[in-house]
Parts: sequence; structure tokens; C-alpha cells
Amino acid sequence: MAENSKQQEKNESLSRRKFLKSSGIAVGGLAVGGALGRLLPFKDKTNTDKLDVKNPRVAETYTQALMYFSQQQFKMVEAATERIFPADDNGPGAKDLGVAYFIDHQLSGDWGFNSREYMQPPFFKGEKVQGYQGRLNRREIFDIGLRELQNHSLTKYKKNFVELSEEEQNDILTDFAENKVNITTISPSGFFNMLRSSTLEGAYSDPLYSGNRNMDGWKMRNYPGSQMTYTQVIDKEFTVIPPKSLKDHLGQ
Amino acid sequence: MAKKLPKVDVVIVGVGWAGGIIAAELTKQGLNCVGLERGKERKTEDYFMVHDELRYALRYDLMQNLSKETITFRGNEKLRALPMRQYGSFILGDGLGGSGVHWNGQTYRFLPYDFEIRSKTIERYGEKKIPADMTIQDWGITYDELEPYFDKFEKMAGISGEENPLAGKRSSPYPTPPMKTTPALEKFKKAAINLKLHPYNRPSANLSEAYTNPDGVARAACQYCAYCERFGCEYGAKADPVVTVIPVAKKTGKFEIRTHSNVRRVLKSGNKATGVMYVDTTTGEEIEQPADIVVLTSYVFNNVRLLLQSGIGRPYDPTTGAGVIGKNYAYQVQKGNATGFFEKEEFNTFAGAGALGMTVDDFNGDNFDHSNLNFIHGGSIAISQTGLRPISNNKVPKGTPTWGKEFKANSVKYANRVLSVGGQGASMPFKHHYLDLDPTYKDEFGDPLIRITYDFEEQDRQLAKYLSDRCKEIMKEMGADHIDTMEELGPYDITTYQSTHNTGGIIMGADPNTSAVNNYSQMWEAENVFVVGASAFAHNSGYNPTGTVGALSYRAAEGILSYKQKGGILA
Repeated sequence: MAENSKQQEKNESLSRRKFLKSSGIAVGGLAVGGALGRLLPFKDKTNTDKLDVKNPRVAETYTQALMYFSQQQFKMVEAATERIFPADDNGPGAKDLGVAYFIDHQLSGDWGFNSREYMQPPFFKGEKVQGYQGRLNRREIFDIGLRELQNHSLTKYKKNFVELSEEEQNDILTDFAENKVNITTISPSGFFNMLRSSTLEGAYSDPLYSGNRNMDGWKMRNYPGSQMTYTQVIDKEFTVIPPKSLKDHLGQ
Repeated sequence: MAKKLPKVDVVIVGVGWAGGIIAAELTKQGLNCVGLERGKERKTEDYFMVHDELRYALRYDLMQNLSKETITFRGNEKLRALPMRQYGSFILGDGLGGSGVHWNGQTYRFLPYDFEIRSKTIERYGEKKIPADMTIQDWGITYDELEPYFDKFEKMAGISGEENPLAGKRSSPYPTPPMKTTPALEKFKKAAINLKLHPYNRPSANLSEAYTNPDGVARAACQYCAYCERFGCEYGAKADPVVTVIPVAKKTGKFEIRTHSNVRRVLKSGNKATGVMYVDTTTGEEIEQPADIVVLTSYVFNNVRLLLQSGIGRPYDPTTGAGVIGKNYAYQVQKGNATGFFEKEEFNTFAGAGALGMTVDDFNGDNFDHSNLNFIHGGSIAISQTGLRPISNNKVPKGTPTWGKEFKANSVKYANRVLSVGGQGASMPFKHHYLDLDPTYKDEFGDPLIRITYDFEEQDRQLAKYLSDRCKEIMKEMGADHIDTMEELGPYDITTYQSTHNTGGIIMGADPNTSAVNNYSQMWEAENVFVVGASAFAHNSGYNPTGTVGALSYRAAEGILSYKQKGGILA
């Protein structure tokens, strides 16, 4: 571990200015593309983000409000995603990572409306290998899926989903994952898979999207997030690097 | 009535690698070119916020908007083709630079065997080796004839690499040295050498060092930031048309790029094209652009779709095997691989570059004896260190549940303890694998979508299993504590990503009866139409296609220049 922290120090000292020098990019006005050039005005601010670890920026909490879900839906999503990705010795689970906020916010945009996907009729049931052929968008699927999750809980355990024990919640979700629930409008496993994949997205996407709170998802697996360069470590043994987010990249 | 513009020498449809290369070469010689690009302008500055896995890798920010246009797919002719409503198996580029913006940069040359596959297979194994419905044919060009064009492409892009002992002869070394070697790659290399294989650093378009190409374009070295495939390069270190050939063409003052210009028809009179009709997608206006020469350089699917919609060339008929447009659609066999879990070691696999890897070709092409095997060709086998981004990489040993406590614990535990060795299997064409126009589904203009009829064959199942077993042997030698491999290929599934290496449909050959274009990518049936790209591949090899697309593009550019002077069929 001592080696790791030494390596950490080394990496932190690799400031943007140094990086620009050592990579030889800033030399001689070489026309190498403006994305990098844009970084230059920010170069002296790079180490301010050290503060963030102990003192998360207050502004982040303003995004913890709902754009789509009802309060009941939100609570259910919080509970269900926590079962998919529970808190454990490694670190926080979906709930503390803000996954339910992430999903809510995603549903309010392109993804929720399937607006960059082909949604033209006619709709026919196809082979599994032909992919999703339904007419419902993700918002509608979530609405129906959550309603059915609740119905199934009431039928099987006479309780709301959020009031079930962890084991019972797992059991209900397993019924969805294995298509053991009788629903005609949506595929139970299709809904479950969407819930599962969006849980991972919420746990590990840039905190910009309201999940992966404090980059804790990344820290849990030693993922360094958005780094300018890995030329110093690419040929080395495993190295722990404190994560950076796109916000850090912006230098504000 | 469409607005009619003044005539130009050449109109280029789609400004990616092929379109960019052709524009650069033609404008250098003084030809006036217009490039019509359906997507938007792109530049390096766009990638300031590019380290965003959600936006680019999972929401496909750089890709074609499927709500406007997609493809339809069915496994065989008895089924109803249905639209690919969401991305999966492959991702379609959009915008200036096309797929050349979001590629990984793995830049191989197809093998000498590839270009003469039918002759060489018969020569070594006899005609019976080729199944009756497998429609492999020679490309009408040899590796040696194409070598100077590979060389030109590699020098333009600054490919970083080292000699591959099992590939075709090179006229000169790679312009830049190989990329850095990592502990994971070293492990693969040692294992491969122990198994008497021939590992080499994968040829890379992510520059190993700063490089100035013969056109005077200077680019910086790769920073191994791990955001290549599906992303644009924030450094311009990854060769892409926007930072290489397009500026060269623009500098001549003879290349006009019109973005948001979606071409719907190639216009013709008799056996020649007269220009194209396109829609300015910002205004909806239909515009006619007359030209002496029409060059189609969009992706495979739209090259084919444009010809079929425009009534140029004889459409392929799968029942008789006659006709050529849409013939020999091929893909790739990507699933033969092995995943190794290491209990005692962690790796910096969060870092990487799109083309960082180590490859062996001992089981590619005809580099090994197929006498007792039920397939031909093979595939490259490689370890890749492209950067394991956290949403998409949560590998757990087989038997672990896909969610819940145990899943989380294992996915976190193995986050930096997984290495994969994968086979990139070649794809042979079959009589019943083809592209045509879908009878039902339309794009935003009401034009029919292209329809893919394709499935894996016994050839593919055998090949995938064979590659999977070889990958497993290497992974075992690398010392993995637990190895998972593909046991059975299964049917072709459009929902899971495999590769954006779709090929064929307007294939190259020496015979106008069995091919659509000659070895200058010139259409036999319309001499002033050149169709350039992987659509010209008569089959797909066990490599990434871009190196060969680049070579064919340089060759086509030479052909177009010579056609402009002399006219007539060039080969």
C-alpha cells in the first residue's frame, strides 16, 4: 500500500502544466487541435479539486430533485436498484450513489423518449436476435414496470414493494428477471434488464449525471475517472490514481 | 423542382476516410470537388468533454440518429425483416470524418491470401474445400499490387507498428515505432512465444510519438487516455480524416464541404451518372449537384442503398446468384475469445488506447493447415488494452449472478483483474447473405431502408470454436486463475456489440458478371461512378478493415485521376 500512496503523490504532482510540457504538446505552437488548447487558460487551477474530497460542492445537492418520477416511483426505484447493487464492505450501494436520481433524470430526456431510436410502425413481434420491437418508450415501460412490481408485491406478500424485507424484494425482482410474472404489456425481464443496466450507468457514469455521488462508484473500484493522460503509468504495475470528473477537467 | 447548381468535376458522397482521402488526392491535382456530408461539422475542439462513457459509449453521441434512418435485419429469407430500433451489433458513424472519428485505430493490412482467396484455397485444398453456397471469389487485385497504397495510407496516418512476421511483404517500415508495451501485453507476448506463436505490437493509428506526415500535417503523441472507440480524440493523436486528409483537401481551395447534405439519389443518363440529388436537412430543400464523376464513399449500407434506389447496376438475386448490387454481404466472427481472471494481480487496464494491443496471426488466413478443419480462413488473435471503462466492463466469473450482493462484490473485486484474449474471425460470403431494399420500413424521407439478410453458418461456428480454444490456450499460459470462454457461437444477434466491420454489397473483381466494381473501385456498368470503401470487399478478413479501406481509397483516387484524363473502363 505504501507504494501505492507514493505513486499517488507522484501522479498528483503531474499538474496540467507539467503534463503539457512533458508530453511535448505545448512546444513550438504545433497545431495539434483545439480541445487541448482550450485547457491552457485553466492550467493554474488544477489542484483546487483536492478540497472536494472532504467538502463536496454544495451545488451538487441541488440536482437531487425529481424531473419525472412520482415520489412513490422514486422510492421504489431506490429500493429496487439498491437490491441490484447493494451497499457492502466495498462501499455504497445504488441508493447512496444517487442511482434513482440518475434514472429519473435520464427518463426526462432523449433516453426516456427513445428519441434517437427508430420508433416507426409497423410493430411486429420478432425473433429475439432482432432486438426490441415494442411501441413503448422507456418512460412508459418504467411506469408499467413499476406498477407491476407493486402489484406483484401486493399479490405475493400483501405489502408494498418498499415495505418488503430485502429477501422478499430480491424474490420479487427475481420473478421479473426470470419472466415469472404474468404481464401482457411489457416483458418483465426486459424491464428488469433496463433497471439493471441503468443501475450500473448510475453507479459509474460521470457525477455530472447525478449518480456516482462523490465519485464513490469509481473510488470503490479504483477507477480514475477522467484523466488527461496515462503516459506515466501505462507501462507500470497497477497504480491507484485519485479520480477526477469532467467538472475537474473544465477547471472551474 | 430541385434547385440545380453549377457542375463540378467530382461530387463525393460522404466525407469519412474514403471521401477524405479521395478529396485530398484529387484536389492536389487541381480537380474541383464537392463533398456532401449528411451529418454535421466536426473538429478536435468538440472533444473537450469526451471522457464521458455514458454520453458517447452508451448514448452514441457521435452515431447516426436511428430515428431518422436505420437498417432492417432478418436471419434468413423466410423471416420478416424488422428494423434495428436501437444500437447493438454495430454502430453507424455520422458527421464529418464518419466512422473515422470514432474508430479505435487498429490498422492492419489484409493478407496476400485474402485477395486471391478462391484460387489459393483451391490450389492448396482442392475445390471441394469450398461449400457449394459459399461465394468466395478473388478480388481482381493482388496484395503486391495493392502494397504501395497500403504504404501511402500508413504514412499519411502515421501508423505505429512493427514488422508482422506472418504478413505480406512491406516496402518500408512503419512510419512510427510501436506503442508502449504494458504488463498485460507482456504477459500475452511471453505466453505466445512459449506456445511458439509470433506476437507483434498491433499497428496503431494512435500515434506512439509526434509525427509529421508527407502532407505536412503534424500531430501529437497518444496519451493513453482510454477513450478511443466511440469517442473522438481530444489530442488529434488518433488519425482521423478531420485531422489528416480533410485539411489537406481544404487547403487547395478546391474542396467544398457541404454538411447537413443528405444524398438521396445518384442521377443518371444512359450508362453514366450526371450528378446527385440531395436534401439540405436544415431547410428541407432538394438540390441537384451535377458532376462529371460521382464518388460514393458513405458507409457500406448507404453505398448499396443509393445504387439500388437510383437504379444503377444490376441488383443481386439470391435465388439465381445473378446480379451484383447487394451481393456478398459479410461481417465478422468476433465471439471466439477467452476471459481470464487473476487473483493475485491487478492491472492498469483503466488506461489504454484504441489500438494498444498485441496480436498473433498464426491462426489467421491460410497461415495454418486447414486440411482437417471444417472451415477456411481464420482470424487474428489479440490482447487489447483499449481501456476498461466502468459501466461497460463488469466481468464476473461464470456462475456469478448478474445482480445483487455477489455480483457487486465480484464485479468490484475483478474490476482491474480481468484480461481478455479475443479472436477476430474472418467472415465468408454465402449465396443467401445479401443486402436489398426493405419492402416495408422507410427513412425520414420515405425512402426504403436497407435490409440485411444474414446469419452465422457452420463455417462461422467451427471457426469461432477453433479461435476460442486457441485463445484459451494462450490465456492459460498467461497464468489466469479462472478462464471463461465461448462454448458455442449461437445465431447472429443484432443486439450485442460485435464489430462495426460490415462489408460487401458492391464487390470488387476482375469479371463484370460477378463483381460490381473493378480494382479501381470503378463501376463496370457506369464508368463515371466510383464506389469506395468496405462495400468493395469480396469477403471480410480476420482483421479490422480500415487499413484496407485506406489502400483501396488511394488506388481509387489514382483511378479517378486517370479516368478524368482518358475516360473509359480502367481495368
